Amino acid sequence: MNAVQIDDGRNWTRVCEFDDLIPGRGVAVLLPDGTQAAVFRTRTDEVYALDNRDPFSGAYVMSRGLTGSRGDIPVVVSPMLKQTFDLRTGRCLDEESAPDGSSADLRVRPVRVASDDMAVC
Amino acid sequence: MTVKELLLIGHGMVGQRFLEALFEQPDKWRVTVLTEEPRPAYDRVHLTSWFSGTTAEELSLCPPGFLSEHGIDLRLGDPATAIDRAARTVTTRSGTELRYDALVLATGSYPFVPPVPGHDSAGCHVYRTIEDLEAIKSSAGSARTGAVVGGGLLGLEAAGALRAMGLETHVVEFAPRLMALQVDDGGGAVLRRKIEDLGVQVHTGAGTQRIEAGEDGSVRAMALSDGSELAVDLVVFSAGVRPRDQLARDCGLPVGERGGIVVDEHCRTEDEHIWAIGECALAVDGRVYGLVAPGYAMADTVARELTGSSAEFTGADTSTKLKLLGVDVASFGDAMGTTEGALEVLYANSRAGVYKKLVVSSDGRLLGGVLVGDADSYATLRPLAISKAQLPGPAEHLLVPADADTHGPLVLPDEAVVCSCHNVTKGTITAAVSEQGMRTVPEVKKCTKAGTGCGSCVKLLSSIVDEELAAGGIEVSRGLCEHFTHTRAELYEIVRVKGITGFSRLIDEHGTGEGCDICKPTVASILASLGNGHVLDGEQAALQDTNDHFLANLQRNGSYSVVPRIPGGEITAGGLITIGEIARDYGLYTKITGGQRVDLFGATVDQLPGIWRRLVDAGFESGHAYGKALRTVKSCVGQAWCRYGVQDSVALAIELELRYRGLRAPHKLKSAVSGCARECAEAQSKDFGVIATAEGWNLYVGGNGGMTPRHADLLATDLDHETLIRTIDRFLMFYIRTADRLERTAPWLDRLEGGLDHLRAVVMDDSLGICAELDELMARHVETYQDEWAATLADPERLRRFVSFANAPGTPDPTVRFVPERDQIRPARPDEDGRVLISPNLEVRSR
Repeated sequence: MNAVQIDDGRNWTRVCEFDDLIPGRGVAVLLPDGTQAAVFRTRTDEVYALDNRDPFSGAYVMSRGLTGSRGDIPVVVSPMLKQTFDLRTGRCLDEESAPDGSSADLRVRPVRVASDDMAVC
Repeated sequence: MTVKELLLIGHGMVGQRFLEALFEQPDKWRVTVLTEEPRPAYDRVHLTSWFSGTTAEELSLCPPGFLSEHGIDLRLGDPATAIDRAARTVTTRSGTELRYDALVLATGSYPFVPPVPGHDSAGCHVYRTIEDLEAIKSSAGSARTGAVVGGGLLGLEAAGALRAMGLETHVVEFAPRLMALQVDDGGGAVLRRKIEDLGVQVHTGAGTQRIEAGEDGSVRAMALSDGSELAVDLVVFSAGVRPRDQLARDCGLPVGERGGIVVDEHCRTEDEHIWAIGECALAVDGRVYGLVAPGYAMADTVARELTGSSAEFTGADTSTKLKLLGVDVASFGDAMGTTEGALEVLYANSRAGVYKKLVVSSDGRLLGGVLVGDADSYATLRPLAISKAQLPGPAEHLLVPADADTHGPLVLPDEAVVCSCHNVTKGTITAAVSEQGMRTVPEVKKCTKAGTGCGSCVKLLSSIVDEELAAGGIEVSRGLCEHFTHTRAELYEIVRVKGITGFSRLIDEHGTGEGCDICKPTVASILASLGNGHVLDGEQAALQDTNDHFLANLQRNGSYSVVPRIPGGEITAGGLITIGEIARDYGLYTKITGGQRVDLFGATVDQLPGIWRRLVDAGFESGHAYGKALRTVKSCVGQAWCRYGVQDSVALAIELELRYRGLRAPHKLKSAVSGCARECAEAQSKDFGVIATAEGWNLYVGGNGGMTPRHADLLATDLDHETLIRTIDRFLMFYIRTADRLERTAPWLDRLEGGLDHLRAVVMDDSLGICAELDELMARHVETYQDEWAATLADPERLRRFVSFANAPGTPDPTVRFVPERDQIRPARPDEDGRVLISPNLEVRSR
């Protein structure tokens, strides 16, 4: 079995089974430090992880966006007001800054698919 | 600089247009407006729509704030009574005296009432102002039979209004045919047949000799010159108009032999301080223009003269196109063929009720024409005739087009006037695209004003813009998004014909890339419309927007709202109590919706299955508030309770809601059923609305509230129950099949080639031969419907996604926080210290 794991800053946190992810969608992950990440599986089985907080609404909903592509860029679209983000870099492709003046880009979280017998703390 | 005083007498359509044109330049004048009517300028062209529900406010042409923005002093109900040219003053009815530096007369015209005996009896009306219409409506309440004197445009509109109010209706026209000024005998005959088909009795070649009143002084009968007598109790005079030039006559300004204030090419009267525009003016070409477009041109001319530039009005094109009681009528250029050596090319099809005539010169130039029953080619033909252009092909091809190309805008010369309301040429439109970089029709409309008057040229405008973009190498993509070059309707056909059941196959075979938030939900909706199982199963699960994904509506803080179906808005006390108990136990915010149901807000993803378990156990189903699908069928209480009801509107609403529940469509669908003509359910603002009649049901389609309100069109009348259901079935399936993504029925119907007539032909006469297919699709929908929430609860696989965190199922999302407000909850703002609601224990509910 293969598990999806995310870097929580200190360790690899287990998210779920790879097969639990629906191609084209995401799930939310609660990290030990209280922050949240969104983990996506694309239709071509790549896995990406970004912050779960949508910078435009402030709601923690990025994991509920749809994935897709814009040109050659794999993207996720916020379900709230439909801004598009590069899954690889977290960069917002539509706007530079959020309404509160902060950057509109999302932080990228290291994520991997590993066999379940690898140590997970 | 001292500010100069400008006095405008008359605030009709032309007066308002003059003010707008005047203030396009920086304000140079202090303006006072005198008007007899009790309200600011309104749209007299569409006056008749007042009878079908357009309000006086909606007809208003004076935008809110316009008067105050420009400091205009509008004096309603205080008309001018005298002009003193020597003192340059005007006296009003209230006795006020006003000085002017410039005086503009825009007094319009008054209806001509033939001076026959009895013309002033009670029950006799004219048709000019909103007050006239109010008086007609009030007389019609107690009348059985009405007669309209005059078979011109307004007369026929008035007849239509009387007919719609249930009166037996006659039209009496002195000329040998209807609309004698616009159409010839052949066109008049076709028009007459169509009008008679609507139940209006037409008497042509007949004059009104006298009106007879009963003992109470109100109309009883009218005698015609052909010796006949009509028993009528309401008469509307619509026998033409006369210029209102009395003020000018009284102060010695020259007027024409048959009325009209004489003006020069700058629309200035003999007095250098006085101008006259619109229907009260006798233009330099010796004509009094009764159409709005020439009036607007005169208004523009004087506005320019008064703001320092120069302009001329030397005459105008009087081409007209209108839809009269559902019949297209157009005439343009030399419609009667009076030019020397003019030849005629005719097409007449009395079975289809179509008559077309072109007038051409002996050297093959188009001079004019008449179109009745089908005036689609007017937009192309009129500019050709006005510019006297060489015909682009054989004239008969223009009447019965062999291929669409001869109708395209490319055949128009640059100087052809496309928008006659604002006098915008094709060249101006193409320049807006090629030189000013406009890319869309709304941009071009804003920049050139074309298409912002009567709107009849918008279709032509849009094809000119498209062609100009294409000519400039700018691709006009009709495709859904970057992943599909197809429209939604084309994708629907591909999916249907090839039997595709998944997104991957569709995008791999017909698209590119990985899809996006536009094409994925669209394809999901198409797959669902064609009956491909539960929306959360298999590959479909990955396509749904977040609302469909969680079968609930996402709110601003990441929580969801829940709407159980309440068919027809009918609910038992027990049902209400159950909803109330669930809302109380989960601490949800509750609100009554406009669709007669209850919306429960503030549920987190993990709470949704628990909430729905209790709703489903109590017999509720998904209300599909989250889907592009049927929402509600609203109803009034109907015959069972209401004193006025003539049918059981609640029972029908419930039946319709249960029949179409779960039907996925290009956009949401709303409906309503009213139990009588009082229309308490507001069915005419719905995608499909039903209004009870004594004989059956009237079906309306294409209505809309929201951002772009549209009154629904009457598709069919007095239907029996079975025909009603069948017609709605087909209407819905035809819409689902052909509409664009997120296109409500209102814009779809406006866009549909052939409009309402075409729709009626498709769904009632099966003109496309697809009704069997549409019927079968709907039958399959009805048979295979299942409640999405009950099916979700029954399947652990589907339920697994209803967690806040994949790595911590059962942990609520700590970021979804609420604060109390008005005894309920609302989402906490970022700067508020809200609390997390944890189901189902709700100690947090603070008072």
